[in-house]
Amino acid sequence: MTITFLFLAAITIIGTAAAMTLRNLVHCVLSLTLGLVGLALLYIDLGAQFVGFTQVLVYVGAVAILAVFAIMMTRSAEPSENTSSPFRVSGALIALAVFAVLAWAIFSGTNFLPTSAPQPEASVNQIGIALMHQYVLPLEVIGVLLTAALVGAAVIAMDEVRRAR
Amino acid sequence: MISAQNIDQIFVILKHWLLGYVPALLQPIASAIISVVPVLIAFPLLFAITTVLERKGLGRMQNRYGPNRAGPFGFLQPMADGIKSLTKEDIIPRSADHLVHFMAPVLIVIASFLVYAVLPIGRNMVITNLNAGVLFFFAVGSMVELSVFMAGWSSRSKYSLLGAMRAIAQMISYEVPLVLASIVVIMAAGSLSTVTIVNLQATYTGIWPHWYIFTPWGLIGFVIFMIAATAESNRCPFDLPEGESEIIAGYYIEYSGFKFALFFLGEYLGMFATSAMAITLFLGGWAAPFSFLTFIPSYVWFFGKLLALIVGFIWIRGTLPRLRMDQLMNFAWKFMLPLSLINIFAAGVWHYMAAGPIRWLVVGFIVIISCILLSRGLRRDKWFHVRTYRYAS
Repeated sequence: MTITFLFLAAITIIGTAAAMTLRNLVHCVLSLTLGLVGLALLYIDLGAQFVGFTQVLVYVGAVAILAVFAIMMTRSAEPSENTSSPFRVSGALIALAVFAVLAWAIFSGTNFLPTSAPQPEASVNQIGIALMHQYVLPLEVIGVLLTAALVGAAVIAMDEVRRAR
Repeated sequence: MISAQNIDQIFVILKHWLLGYVPALLQPIASAIISVVPVLIAFPLLFAITTVLERKGLGRMQNRYGPNRAGPFGFLQPMADGIKSLTKEDIIPRSADHLVHFMAPVLIVIASFLVYAVLPIGRNMVITNLNAGVLFFFAVGSMVELSVFMAGWSSRSKYSLLGAMRAIAQMISYEVPLVLASIVVIMAAGSLSTVTIVNLQATYTGIWPHWYIFTPWGLIGFVIFMIAATAESNRCPFDLPEGESEIIAGYYIEYSGFKFALFFLGEYLGMFATSAMAITLFLGGWAAPFSFLTFIPSYVWFFGKLLALIVGFIWIRGTLPRLRMDQLMNFAWKFMLPLSLINIFAAGVWHYMAAGPIRWLVVGFIVIISCILLSRGLRRDKWFHVRTYRYAS
């Protein structure tokens, strides 16, 4: 529990909490991005450089931009009048249940004694070799899945063009 | 005492000499500050020089004098510009989102400066040698898009929103070929560290260097990278996001005074950074072009190459007209993306064939044929025929 860790954890928690509570949709996306950046910095702080940079590249560079783009294309970011959602109570219950399960899993899985073993140095080389040898099948399956999603998106877009004519 | 080696390493020696006077406890912080401050000074200075060079060069191309009033030959123009933007009123639109409006220029400058952390500007002269340096560069570079959106959205102006939408669409489209073009170098070097990539290129066969641009895939990769870099930095012919004649200044229309100057600075710093990355990946970084020229210090070579690329940018800006939106997207998705994918394949073929002229023939054939076929596909019933205007006729 160093100062860096506490600081980064605070950034992450504040960012994600603001993403849930703010009224303006664009503010929500921006604070969610702050939370994601905090998470990436936590990864880097823990020595996982590659994961941290990929987190920034994917979530800040792609996912946040996509969300922002969707908001710009579809509707205004003005806060709507009805702030109370009918799913408030059930949503909170589900969130609590998920949190409880995760906390239980973490508490039963680890002992909180500081490990004396040296930190495993996961270099980019090792990650690449692992992806290409041991985990090559999951990688290919994800590739196929993403290609299918891409083709599906293209098909939807093409159909609209044809209908417009 | 004063040998070529010492002059080459003079900044490194200077840093160690300065560190000697700092107590051991503060040395990590002092070392970081001494490394960062020169970069924070050198590149804004380069920005100031570039603005003058650009305006004078463009003026020369358009048969007029550039700025020639402030100082000798107008070279103090950036000073005058700086004083002007500092003394101007900072206007914020009444309906603007104040916090986001304020954060956007700050974020763009931070992101633009952060990427310099991994760029080697000379032998042993890099702020941090990250294991995944190239990835860091692209990850931080993608934060610029977010600040562009923040600027465009928070201004509450339709022109700035239009400009932001155009800018983001363009930046997303051209980021793909930018990253894919650099993958070939990562494949060849077997490393994501910028320092390793440059060190591998800084060796010589006879007098010839081992730069990656001197291979078929390297040449194509460099061209793709530079075109995508032009689009990423929103420069002509890809300046639709800030087309002065259509949407006035795009996403930063509602900024005035020094915030506008910060956007300007961020944009130019981004351009320098991508050029420096192109130099690192394809043009051998700080390495001399011939083995008998290595007595010239490495940082001179780096900045010389950087200035040459900047001159290329200015030249292109003075020469080419602006693209239309559909041309822009077609070019990115139907030409650049397939070509960069084929280029990765060509680099793989190159890697597994024995060195020699046959390798050159095969890989060169793949690359040239794909270039020709893709450009024919792009031309077909798209570019050269009488256009019918749907709304204007």
